Amino acid sequence: MRQGPFVLTFLVGAMLIAIFFIPHYRAQQVQTQLLDWANIVYAFALALGSISLLVLHGNKVRAGGSQAKYSFVTVAALVVITVAGVVQGVEEGTLVNRIYNAVNAPLASTMFALLAFFIASAAFRAFRARNTEATLLLATALIMMFGRVSIGEFVWSGFPPLTEWLLDVPNLAAKRGVAIGVGLGAVATALKIILGIDRSYMGKA
Amino acid sequence: MADGGLWRRLLRLDRRWIFVLVGLATAVPLLFPVNLPVTPTPRVQAFYDAVESVPEGSPVLLSLDYEPDIMAELQPMSIAVLRHCFRRNLKPVILTLYPAGPGLIERALAIASEAEGKKRDVDFVFLGYKSGSQSVILGLGESIRSMFPEDFWGTPIDDIPLMANLNAYADFPLVINLSGSAIADYYIRIAATRYHKPLLLGCTAVMATDYYPYLSSGQLLGLMGGMKGAAEYERLAGLFGDARRGMDAQSMVHVVIVILVILGNVALLTTGGLRRGPGASSGGGSREP
Repeated sequence: MRQGPFVLTFLVGAMLIAIFFIPHYRAQQVQTQLLDWANIVYAFALALGSISLLVLHGNKVRAGGSQAKYSFVTVAALVVITVAGVVQGVEEGTLVNRIYNAVNAPLASTMFALLAFFIASAAFRAFRARNTEATLLLATALIMMFGRVSIGEFVWSGFPPLTEWLLDVPNLAAKRGVAIGVGLGAVATALKIILGIDRSYMGKA
Repeated sequence: MADGGLWRRLLRLDRRWIFVLVGLATAVPLLFPVNLPVTPTPRVQAFYDAVESVPEGSPVLLSLDYEPDIMAELQPMSIAVLRHCFRRNLKPVILTLYPAGPGLIERALAIASEAEGKKRDVDFVFLGYKSGSQSVILGLGESIRSMFPEDFWGTPIDDIPLMANLNAYADFPLVINLSGSAIADYYIRIAATRYHKPLLLGCTAVMATDYYPYLSSGQLLGLMGGMKGAAEYERLAGLFGDARRGMDAQSMVHVVIVILVILGNVALLTTGGLRRGPGASSGGGSREP
């Protein structure tokens, strides 16, 4: 019975690889059907995730303690947003839209904006010319920081072309190597899963 | 000073002073803008030229995949690209693969359509959000209708005249993805590589360098990275939006960081590096607040 999921994984994996190379409309119909199934699975995953979140934080609220208030906010937000979205919809002027604009958008933006402060602090402490490699990194970082903003041109007209060269030559070479390596690794991993060599997705290595 | 002068004190600079400097460098240029000029780079120029080359009246598929956390970088891009499309009388068909994306896209569409005098379902269609990123991108190659039977506002796709002859990548001369995540990779692999669609990508500044290989391979026709890319696009499109307004602040913050880094290194050299002094082993002996 435990062989069932592996056989299914092999059949679906092999079929999708084959379909990729078969332009015939029958193959495309099979793919469309599989995509419909995938969307149904996604919908169930969403429901499962929501239930799991409710149960987890519901238990934390019931257990009490100093962290319970945060769990209560999570549960309340999930329930209010879901009910309001189902009842009213999400268009302009609805409760969901107002909460989104007044709470979600400013909070998310603020969290991300804080990065600027921490990155500035980290740059001050990390970019130190301690050895040749660190000096190279420091010089590159300074060129990039000036070359990628408008004021860099005023400081020295050579900054933008130098930045372009850094991006187009050393960066491109490194990125291309990484991309090829990642691609080969992904193919190897996929083959291991399809052929049943890697069974960790079943919860067992 | 018992432990050695100004430079040593600088090495121990409390990070809250850095936060104050960054805060001022952000706020002052926003309050008193100087509107530094922006010079377009070849990648953004290529992005702009690709949009320009689409015949007037053609549909364009736009996937705007971001949420409020990175809206500072991608929202100005969306508005600039939408306005450019509207000015060229192109017909954008917009979708998002992020659950918190529709609110931002609705806002971008409202700004762009109002500025250019365009109407919903006549000049553009917003399909809304669909879960399942990779499978949706794959599904768009076969049937938009099976992925999005209704638009964002609940109108059946078949009731929208603009969508009458549009059902897959093949019906669009151009696909544009503005993304803050690996969704961009899926569009490259599926829309550009499998379905051979001309693809343009806009992404955050930190992501941009990851996509240079796809430019040289021809899988991407143009690339717009971060607020700088958006500002360049605004300049090319003859717009003055949030990206160009934000470039002054970004420039000033970069200058502050560069000055701090230079001062930090001078201090390191002057004081003999990290070998001397208490607390210096953490790369400057900073005291965390």
